[in-house]
Amino acid sequence: MKLSDKTKETLLGPLSANNPVIVQILGICSALAVTVQLKPALVMGIAVTIIVAMSNVVIALIRNTIPMRIRIIVQLVVVAALVTLVSEVLKAFAYDVAVQLSVYIGLIITNCILMGRLEAFAMSNNVWDSFLDGLGNGLGYAIILVIVAFFRELLGSGSLLGFQVIPQWCYEHGYVNNGMMMMPAMALILVGCIIWVHRSINKEEK
Amino acid sequence: MKWLYNIVEKLRPTFSEGGKLHALHSLFDGFDTFLFTPNTTAKRIGAQVHDATDSKRTMIIVVLALVPAMLFGMYNIGYQHFLATGEIVAGGLTWALFWKAFAFGLLALLPYIIVSYIVGLGIEFTVAQWKHEEIAEGFLVTGFLIPLIVPIDTPLWMVAIVTAFAVIFAKEIFGGTGYNIFNVALITRAFLFFAYPTKMSGDKVFVRTEGTWGWDNGQALVDGFSGATPLGQIATAQDPSIVLHNTVGEPMTMLSAMNGLYPGSVGETCVWAILLGACLLLMTGVASWKTMLSVFVGGGLMAWIFNISGIDNAAANTPWYMHLALGGFAFGAVFMATDPVTSARTECGKWIYGFLVGALAILVRCFNPGYPEGMMLAILFGNLCAPLIDWCVVQVNIRRRQKRAAVK
Repeated sequence: MKLSDKTKETLLGPLSANNPVIVQILGICSALAVTVQLKPALVMGIAVTIIVAMSNVVIALIRNTIPMRIRIIVQLVVVAALVTLVSEVLKAFAYDVAVQLSVYIGLIITNCILMGRLEAFAMSNNVWDSFLDGLGNGLGYAIILVIVAFFRELLGSGSLLGFQVIPQWCYEHGYVNNGMMMMPAMALILVGCIIWVHRSINKEEK
Repeated sequence: MKWLYNIVEKLRPTFSEGGKLHALHSLFDGFDTFLFTPNTTAKRIGAQVHDATDSKRTMIIVVLALVPAMLFGMYNIGYQHFLATGEIVAGGLTWALFWKAFAFGLLALLPYIIVSYIVGLGIEFTVAQWKHEEIAEGFLVTGFLIPLIVPIDTPLWMVAIVTAFAVIFAKEIFGGTGYNIFNVALITRAFLFFAYPTKMSGDKVFVRTEGTWGWDNGQALVDGFSGATPLGQIATAQDPSIVLHNTVGEPMTMLSAMNGLYPGSVGETCVWAILLGACLLLMTGVASWKTMLSVFVGGGLMAWIFNISGIDNAAANTPWYMHLALGGFAFGAVFMATDPVTSARTECGKWIYGFLVGALAILVRCFNPGYPEGMMLAILFGNLCAPLIDWCVVQVNIRRRQKRAAVK
């Protein structure tokens, strides 16, 4: 399947040039909270991607029948229903991750990326474009989460996805995990670093 | 000095525009101006301040002021080490042992100074080169402070990492020397504290029990040895009326707290040495006496309030004058809180800023056993508030003058 330029822009734009986290600075809160380890960050990224894409589709389907005055309520109901679904699925099939993510799954409802995409895109575009847009934004969010979580787990716990990657003899020779990486403050600094790198690469776009 | 001058002049074309090593010209400029006065100065046109005290001289005075504390710190490292291994017994100090202790401390501290300078200056030079700026001399003091405020047992690689972190994230990101919001040396310590808490607290890290450079490795420790700092003892005390003791169990008085022969970060223990440095800073006008005094006043007053408050914990029961002599309070008040870049600038603001720092340090000591020493956090918080304090002072001034003008 060959994508047209517009479709490509809708899908791939949010990955880098218009990334929801590091360009629009949305959804920072959960990016700090769930990135101590890689696994919950991955699950969170996937969950958000599914929810954004699906809610975009639903809202795009019914966008012409929603009265303008109550559209926020309608959007919230759709998102809440999807979040509840995802939450239940996680509890059923990945209980330990669901426990790790605790309230943050429920708090996806309040994630600014979701409402932002619904308002800015799904309310005025067709179903297929909305789906791509949701997918792109979800993945853009997931990428940042995974990068941050990669460094936090590697330097903070010496492991990746729960497997120890820093060899034992390093610890025997005095290497110590960086406790700062476990704190949300360091996640913020890491997000800042990603923004720094991203902006120095994409200078000409300004 | 003529021969040195000749060497520099001979090398100049190599680093100038079109020379082979032009890429490294900022490095050359840095060393050149470090060694010799530049030939060109600002012309006497317009409004410019002509003052013999440039930032290099200011920095070097602070470094000189730190020397007494560092020398004493070196001796104390060795003294505590040999107390721990039983080579020095209380009261049995001879000149030979004195010099031995000093030499041990010198050897133990030297790697820290070298590592902190190499890492910090390396980053500073790289950034200056990269941004085509002149090398700023800000790290001269920071690099000297860092070894003095970390425990002597900290692994060197940690010092290297946190120094790099602090220089990049607390200074260069904000625009380099003179633009930083926080005291860079304290950010180093704070990062060390939060990233590697096991190496920064407890009773194991403040006395060098291992040897240095292979000297005195693996010595057995004497019975009853405890490397707990006085503030550490206060923080972990079950009994609110604790009697502080030094490494080998002798009780501590105000005088011994001033003399500083107890475990702690390298430069912070001896109040006399710090006061000597303070004299130099005040005489040359590098540090503000208002800030310095108000830190002590704020800390003393807060501790005194706790003394009479009837709160029953060890920190609140410690006499207010002991609070000022123990831990990093004096060191922070003299060398850290007075940092002209990060402290308040308005004259009235200096009083408020200092008072805030001193009071907060004691507050942390008394209420949070997780942080036996509150000075680091207090000064960082003070740094954060300094611009706000200045703004408020200026606004009050403006309003007062407006009122005065309106009456007429």
